[in-house]
Amino acid sequence: MKVSYFPGCTLKNKAKDLDVYARKCAEILGVTLEEIENWQCCGGVFTSKDEVATKLSSLRALRYAQDRSQPLVSVCSACHNVLKQTNYLMQNDQAFANKANLYMTSNESCDPYDGTTAVYHYLELLRDVVGFDKIAEKVTNPLTGRKIAPYYGCLLLRPNSVMQMDDPENPTIFEDFIRALGAEPVVYSMRNECCGGYVTMEDPDFSKSKSNAVVNNAVSFGAECVVTACPLCKYNLDKNTHTIPVVYFTELLAEALGIKEDCDNA
Amino acid sequence: MHNDNRKIADEIILRSGVNPRKCMKCGKCTATCPAFDRMEYHPHQFVYMVETGDIEPLLESKSLYTCLSCFACVDRCPRGVEPAKLVEGVRNAVIRQQGKNHMTADDVPGKLDSDLPQQAIVSAFRKYTK
Ligand code: SF4
Ligand code: SF4
Repeated sequence: MKVSYFPGCTLKNKAKDLDVYARKCAEILGVTLEEIENWQCCGGVFTSKDEVATKLSSLRALRYAQDRSQPLVSVCSACHNVLKQTNYLMQNDQAFANKANLYMTSNESCDPYDGTTAVYHYLELLRDVVGFDKIAEKVTNPLTGRKIAPYYGCLLLRPNSVMQMDDPENPTIFEDFIRALGAEPVVYSMRNECCGGYVTMEDPDFSKSKSNAVVNNAVSFGAECVVTACPLCKYNLDKNTHTIPVVYFTELLAEALGIKEDCDNA
Repeated sequence: MHNDNRKIADEIILRSGVNPRKCMKCGKCTATCPAFDRMEYHPHQFVYMVETGDIEPLLESKSLYTCLSCFACVDRCPRGVEPAKLVEGVRNAVIRQQGKNHMTADDVPGKLDSDLPQQAIVSAFRKYTK
């Protein structure tokens, strides 16, 4: 199947590997990620709903997918959060939707966005479209015996009323993904607490304490590695903790599918 | 209380869509807030102070820029108050004024390191600058 793919600014720069592994793995799993032409940065965070301008880049992506009758997929937790929240607003706030569509239609000869695009995080695509059982069948290099701690952070799960990915306090999607790869998920209590986010720019010590709390907790439950979908989480955890490796979930997937080296050499 | 303060508080309530009167003062938002020990006013205090129109101390507080937008308080509040949206509403009331941006483009180079993802910069800009 073909999906509209929104990579986002970080995956074109500091998190290139998150993107490369995602694309190659998708091919093996029978999904083609068609990169949206001229996509624009999502802005990283979803801001107050009385702002229209900050939602337009997401709206363009949603409409691009609508025009092609494709789901909209992203790999970065932050992009996904902003796209999904914008979609929710377009679906549930008619006044906002009318206003935002006016911006879009005044100089582009397209139909208004009607709210019908399905927005998936790549993990959800794996669970709901491909199926973790199918992934398990395609694994050629099972990560047997590895104890891996999934780090959800904030953006994949919250606000739950909108994101609807999983139980926000007791999620399992990441754990099930790790199991499909043949590894053992480590369940720990800080897996959905914040790493310090963008406040790391102003107050690095603060992010340090938050990141350490997360990784130390994972280690205390026996983790050998932390896995994340968010470049900012990875940065905060990598920079501030040096106990165990922090890797992107797509890298683990590539490893289990036996294509990590191909990706690394690409 | 100045009438002006009440007016600003009412505007914040309107723009954020948060109804502080729903709050039952249980303190769970503050208990779960990862930034709580860095904040001079905690999430439950934001809610109470906007409700009562005691807005001036909030407008001047550094706490506005300490919130991580982690939405823990939003998901865990038993009354659906959504305190983070109120914190953002107060912050917007400040930074939407001329010359009141919390971060400018000139501040960025001094805050960069070679690994910092673009996501951090754009997020901080969206939160601190209008
Ligand atoms: S958790 Fe909700 S109800 Fe409890 S103090 Fe905070 S805002 Fe009020
Ligand atoms: S969103 Fe802000 S106020 Fe709410 S829990 Fe997170 S850091 Fe605290």
